Amino acid sequence: MHLYTLQTLRFCSSAIMMRIKTPKNGRVRRELEKRAPKLVETGKKTLILQGTKTSGTLNGVLSEIYHLKKGGAVRFTRKNDNIRPFESGGETSLEFFSLKTDCSLFVYGSHSKKRPNNLVIGRMYDHHVYDLVEVGVENFKSIESFNYDKKMAPRVGSKPFIAFVGEGFENVDELKHLKEVLLDLLRGEVVENINLAGVDRAYVCTAISSNKVYLTHCALRLKKSGTVVPRMELVEVGPSMDLVVRRHRLPNEGLRKEAMRTAKDQPKKKIKNVSSDAIEGTIGKIYIPDQKVGDVALPNKAKGVKRERREAKKKEANERASKKQKEESE
Amino acid sequence: MAMETESQKAFHVDVGNLLAFNPFHSFPSLPASRDELVKECLHEGTKLVQAVADSLFNLPSSEDVDGPLVKLPPPTTKLPREKHLPKPKPPTKWEEFAKKKGIQKRKKDKVVWDEQTGTWKRRFGYDRVNDDKDIPIIEAKMTDGVDPFAKRQDEKKKRVEKQEKNRLQNLKQAAKIGALPSHVQLAATALPITGTQAPPKKVTKDELGNVAGMAATSTASGGKFDRKLPGEKPAKKQGKHRKFLPVVEGSGIGSREKEQTESVLNKLISKHSHEILNVGKAVTMYNVKKEKKARNKRNQEGKFSSATNKLKPKKLLQKKTGKKGPVSSKKGKAK
Repeated sequence: MHLYTLQTLRFCSSAIMMRIKTPKNGRVRRELEKRAPKLVETGKKTLILQGTKTSGTLNGVLSEIYHLKKGGAVRFTRKNDNIRPFESGGETSLEFFSLKTDCSLFVYGSHSKKRPNNLVIGRMYDHHVYDLVEVGVENFKSIESFNYDKKMAPRVGSKPFIAFVGEGFENVDELKHLKEVLLDLLRGEVVENINLAGVDRAYVCTAISSNKVYLTHCALRLKKSGTVVPRMELVEVGPSMDLVVRRHRLPNEGLRKEAMRTAKDQPKKKIKNVSSDAIEGTIGKIYIPDQKVGDVALPNKAKGVKRERREAKKKEANERASKKQKEESE
Repeated sequence: MAMETESQKAFHVDVGNLLAFNPFHSFPSLPASRDELVKECLHEGTKLVQAVADSLFNLPSSEDVDGPLVKLPPPTTKLPREKHLPKPKPPTKWEEFAKKKGIQKRKKDKVVWDEQTGTWKRRFGYDRVNDDKDIPIIEAKMTDGVDPFAKRQDEKKKRVEKQEKNRLQNLKQAAKIGALPSHVQLAATALPITGTQAPPKKVTKDELGNVAGMAATSTASGGKFDRKLPGEKPAKKQGKHRKFLPVVEGSGIGSREKEQTESVLNKLISKHSHEILNVGKAVTMYNVKKEKKARNKRNQEGKFSSATNKLKPKKLLQKKTGKKGPVSSKKGKAK
């Protein structure tokens, strides 16, 4: 909304002259349509960036999160010293980046003596900060440190299983909030159909204590069992870390209500020329224009044309022969 | 290390998100080593994942090239949206009018029958039906002397402008309620017009730089002693603007310097001074003198002197008519 300037016409002499800007490029138009608010939303993109100082572990954490979310994440590598998510003025830069990259989730990493290995996970609504959770990372183990059979490594972009274990996620406010944010972060795209052969990863979050969560990423092994449902086996592959909840900011009640609003399901658009019958099932109508059989051009290599030519040649030869005979006779 | 065995196996399973939540598990005492903790977490995780898989694999599946395809139910956990709900576009002024009047939308064909050429032509575009340039003759009315082709073009221009204005109004209305289409942006082109109706003319940077220098030439010293602003560059042409004639004679036009000096000399010496004598004035002076002479002569002939007439104004009145007679006769005789 703040992209568009507007002044209501009060009286003619004080009107701002406005002009309509439309994209001249098809590519730009398609990109704008992708970024427009939709009735049913597809996956959120994540913005991963860092603050003034980062530690080695924090760098590892940020890059691994980026790897996990390869398809829908943007990684900024420069340091941004004017971003302070929990302060009132320090969010403008974040909101600007969110607007430009069309990301509504962000992961901001910073390291200081007071808050070592700090990670702020936040969400945006309409490119304004909606809520924030600040966690500290401890006992980080990167992907390289795990030994596993490389063949069953999860593929990029597959939809993960998510498991939350612990009563803390129900009782403690901060952990409840963290659960929601982690779900949003790890979920990926919301899909209608899923290929059962393609499920190969799972995230397990266990509430160890009232402020600590153990998060790990595992590959799935489907083992044969007697029934249709295979037996699941989890093998730790990916990064694992302890998240210590430090601060969090819940959204305003009004903003939360507005963000949780969903439109009532609109009746599906009628597909043209398709009808369903009780006996025959789905019937489709195809309209074909009348064929102009006489006007269709015959290809040169058609047998008929060849034969015509041959006969025409024969005729000519006969005529010539008859002419010659006549001449000879004369 | 003693873990609570959950009596109820009630996990919260959300198949749409492939999510499972076990709210009943807790660690009464943290395991001693990290490995054991990890093992315990994985164990719990496996149970949950198994629960989700149970529901997932039991869903009706359809065979696909890559594997069995399953239609997921919509997720049950509600998460906040990332952008606001799109607002429906408000009806435009025409749409409101059409609804009120009950005008239905008619589907337009791409090709229209053209009477003039007797072919099917496009409705708009390259070779279109009612093109302005295809009209050879327009019958002229006897009343006005206006170019009908130009008039048609002007009317079309006006129609297009009106349409653009209406479109802008509709978009402004949509933007007011926040339902602007995603590919459209409204940009302000100029500041609001105040005072005079003319929009302010845009001045370039160079022009602005020259303005102070131009104003300085109005002072007697050519802006030499004017106080300068910080950062102001010296004027391009400093001092009073004087024009000097070229040193070398120009060809074809004649020497400008010669012309200059000649005109000065003529004014002073007035050799060919046609302009100095005011011919009209000289003629009237001559005529007035002549008439005076003639009048004096007549007076002397008729009466004693013109002076007695002057001293007796009353008699002048009486004798006025008398005088007229002989003067008129005299006039007739004279010429």
